[in-house]
Amino acid sequence: MIPTSFEYAAPASLNQALALLQKYGEDAKILTGGHSLIPLMKLRLARPSMVIDLRKIKRLSGIHRKQFEPEKPVGLEIGAATTHAEIQRSEVVHKGWPLLSETAGEIGDMQVRNAGTIGGSVVHADPAADWPAALLACGATLVLAGLQGERTVPAEDFFVGLMESAIRPGEILVAIRFPARAKGSSGAYRKLAQSASGFALTGVAVELSVGDGQIATARVGITGVAEKAYRPRRTEEALVGCTLAEDAIRNACAFAAEGIEPLADIHASARYRAHLARVLTRRATLAAVERARGSKR
Amino acid sequence: MTSYIGKPVRRKEDRRMIQGLATYVDDIELSDLCHVAILRSPHAHARITSIDRSAALAHAGVIDVVSGEDTKHIGTVPVASAVPPDKRTPRTPVLAEHKVRFVGEPVAAVVATTKEAARDALELVAVDYDVLPAASSPEAALRPGAPILHEGVDTNLAFEWKLEGGELTWKEASERAERVLEQRMENQRLAPIPMEPRGVIARFDPGRGEITLWTSTQIPHLVRTFVAIQLGIPETKLRVIAPDVGGGFGSKLNVYREEGLLCFLAQRTRKPVKWIERRTENFQATIHGRGQVGNVKVAFTAEGKILGIHYDVLADLGAYHQLLTPAMPAITGLMLSGSYAIPHITIRVKGVFTNRMSTDAYRGAGRPEATFIVERIADMVAAELEMDPVELRRANFPRAFPYKTATGLTYDSGDYVKALDKALQVSDYRGLRRAQEEARDKGRLFGIGLSSYVEICALGPSGAMPTGGFGWESATVKVHPTGSVTVMSGASPHGQGQETSFAQIAADMLGLDIEDVQVKHGDTGTMQYGVGTFGSRATAVGGTALYQALEQVIAKAKRLAAHLLGAPVAGVRFENGKFSANGRVLTFGEVAFAAHGAAKLPPGDTPGLEATSFFEPSNFTFPFGSHVCVVEVDAETGEVEILRYFAVDDCGKVINPLLVDGQVHGGIAQGLGQALFERVVYDDEGQLLTGTLMDYALPKAHQLPRFTTERTETPSPVNPLGVKGVGEAGTIGSTPALVNAVVDALAPLGVKHVDMPLTPERVWNAIEEAKRARGGVS
Repeated sequence: MIPTSFEYAAPASLNQALALLQKYGEDAKILTGGHSLIPLMKLRLARPSMVIDLRKIKRLSGIHRKQFEPEKPVGLEIGAATTHAEIQRSEVVHKGWPLLSETAGEIGDMQVRNAGTIGGSVVHADPAADWPAALLACGATLVLAGLQGERTVPAEDFFVGLMESAIRPGEILVAIRFPARAKGSSGAYRKLAQSASGFALTGVAVELSVGDGQIATARVGITGVAEKAYRPRRTEEALVGCTLAEDAIRNACAFAAEGIEPLADIHASARYRAHLARVLTRRATLAAVERARGSKR
Repeated sequence: MTSYIGKPVRRKEDRRMIQGLATYVDDIELSDLCHVAILRSPHAHARITSIDRSAALAHAGVIDVVSGEDTKHIGTVPVASAVPPDKRTPRTPVLAEHKVRFVGEPVAAVVATTKEAARDALELVAVDYDVLPAASSPEAALRPGAPILHEGVDTNLAFEWKLEGGELTWKEASERAERVLEQRMENQRLAPIPMEPRGVIARFDPGRGEITLWTSTQIPHLVRTFVAIQLGIPETKLRVIAPDVGGGFGSKLNVYREEGLLCFLAQRTRKPVKWIERRTENFQATIHGRGQVGNVKVAFTAEGKILGIHYDVLADLGAYHQLLTPAMPAITGLMLSGSYAIPHITIRVKGVFTNRMSTDAYRGAGRPEATFIVERIADMVAAELEMDPVELRRANFPRAFPYKTATGLTYDSGDYVKALDKALQVSDYRGLRRAQEEARDKGRLFGIGLSSYVEICALGPSGAMPTGGFGWESATVKVHPTGSVTVMSGASPHGQGQETSFAQIAADMLGLDIEDVQVKHGDTGTMQYGVGTFGSRATAVGGTALYQALEQVIAKAKRLAAHLLGAPVAGVRFENGKFSANGRVLTFGEVAFAAHGAAKLPPGDTPGLEATSFFEPSNFTFPFGSHVCVVEVDAETGEVEILRYFAVDDCGKVINPLLVDGQVHGGIAQGLGQALFERVVYDDEGQLLTGTLMDYALPKAHQLPRFTTERTETPSPVNPLGVKGVGEAGTIGSTPALVNAVVDALAPLGVKHVDMPLTPERVWNAIEEAKRARGGVS
């Protein structure tokens, strides 16, 4: 398993990294955890002439509570080069954004979590990666830097298609922002893993709030089913105002794969993926409701 | 006097293995070593119209590029299967000649000064293919008008083979039967996936005209013989070394193209050359296992007595025969009686060439296939008669041993009831059934699966081997002047731990500290001929050869001790490493020194103290056991959770319970892998879709429960150690136990069978189909 020969750089600043990226253009690849890139290089499906390792750039790592806008509640910013394991272990994340802890803990195996990064996973835009579901459910925003400056893109606009994101040539994902969560809200991630790779055959992230015996707000992100992670809008709409009874929630979740063309491969048929989307959306919703009620008490 | 045998002695191998100090093929560095990369066919079936190697030869660091044109003088990769006698055996070239027949077939090889240059240059070898339609499955390969793999004959049928026997005919069995059930059963293709892929180094000594071949193999001596034949050189000119080998599971019980190829390249370039298999190459071009699909009929009485089994099976051979490819379905046939007394058995095999990699021996090699069928039958019949599967099994066990099966085998010894009873006891089977009732009342899908297997080990009497010979094993015991001992085994352990268990045997018999015994194996240049490690034979056959050699050493030492002590030989006691007579004592070391000093030898005796022994077994051994698997199925997703796993295995006398447990644990994991996760998938064009570990699912620790392992101990009468073998038991017993448990869980829905692997979707489909069949809504 020998890749084609390549140069390697590990710049210490974001500007140096951006300059290198501009210089090498499409011949450059960004490395943070390497779990997608290195196998592709070894199989020679990726043949970069320059690999830019971002792990020495301080700004790209770490988990911080942050006020994104004046007078708005404090949200969470996770650097793009932060490992899944750091997120899984973070107290701040665990207390404030349990959906993210849970998602991180469901990724691959311990080695993958210790080296793989949230930014690497998100930018790779694998249709079966776990993070996209959580980002959609949380209403996350991605901070992208280029030599011309920074811009932010909402998660739903970021995932464009199969292995395709809204990142432009020359840009680097710096961080992912998660807005503050309302009181009485919680989330959950439910996944059935492809047993070889550990990727999601189907993964469903739900973030919701509960009030007055019903679901007040709900956002759902589903990964693994379609060529990109998506929000099942009709299910979300049906969940808002839905009672907490299992049957009512079941009915709302019946639309989880509506309008979607599910993927089919040797691991699962389209029909089964659509079925899992419905089942796991219900299970994630019920788990989130349970947690939300618990957090209010 | 036993101080080591039967004890959980820690593996002598562990220190170097765990500390990263083991020497696998890829750890071997030689000066001026060059590297080989192999260009493999991207097509399942194609004619090679041209190969242009000029750009590759011009690449920096490249020394040579060869293709089938250069290697056509090298003999065919060998087949050593005596059964079936009238099979078609096409030539298997080391590099493809004119045609490729499976994805991954070697087409050209590049030799370069670095592995990077070799890999880069592969892309510069330009091969033009005329792509042909593929016979991508055994069913497709037999259809009229199917593409023909091997020219000269108008069929892909390699052989038809039939085994039929017993006190009843099938006609009588089915006529006497209350009912006859029929079921399609599949043992899917699996990839063995040893941790260490294959690897080969060849070095040519032009001065002596000798080749040294390091290869990751289970059978170094047989590789030497066969590769020497392929190359047309005397065996004296070829030394084969199996260094530390990181697992084989049967996949390294073979002779591969790369072994002959690298010898040729070393001769041709006059450079030592190394090839290390990549994981994807391992999926493409190392043998697969299983690959049998068939239709089974079972005839049985109203009391649950099985009267006959009739099995028609297609064996997916792949594109070429490897060493034992055609023998696998024969082993399945021989073992179709399972642990039951069945008055009639028929198996009819069609061996079919397909545009896929060859199938061959994978852990269990024919027996897991047979056991799966027989144990599924046992449960199907029990379900049909509404009998407890325990009682069905009891009703069919043979009670007297030796027991002769309808297939012609003689089971050496056994107590199947005892192993089953122990399994029921350790699993609290009744309690499990009560828990199942409660779970079912709550609508949960809770299943209990049994499997009472028997397997054939200690391969075997040479005349009865599927290879038509080479069933014996050898050992040499060399006592050094100070009394330490080197054991050289003809077996070639590669993870089983015989460096420890053989040291236990020698230390006990000679009364030595285990640290004074060194066990060596795997080098044809320094030791007597041997056969190898496979078929759970190393201890039962190779250990017995060792036992015999030790007896010879002791006899000679005793003669010398008697002479030195001035006593008749019969008057000398040898105990705990001490010879005593007339109130005087000599240690084993003192006698060893005297044997080498030779100043005072008994008249007619020779100096030195060593012996070589070859052991030819009189029969196979037949270990057995009962496993209990407990599962819960998620009715909505089809996911199977294994809650508990109990294994009671009887492998005869146990030399080292730690090693036995290790073999059983690993075997169970692998068997559950077949049941739940694993399958090699080729598409309709013959493309391999499971070419990486991202797509081929091995069982992982977090997917398996803690195993409870217990034993009964029924000695084998076949060898003086009473041992039977345990290398494959777990793999054989566990697959049907899991499938039976899942079918049991789904039984209330009306599910009768599910094909392996039991992926969540397959189980979900079975549930949905059963609901539809019952008129419910899905």
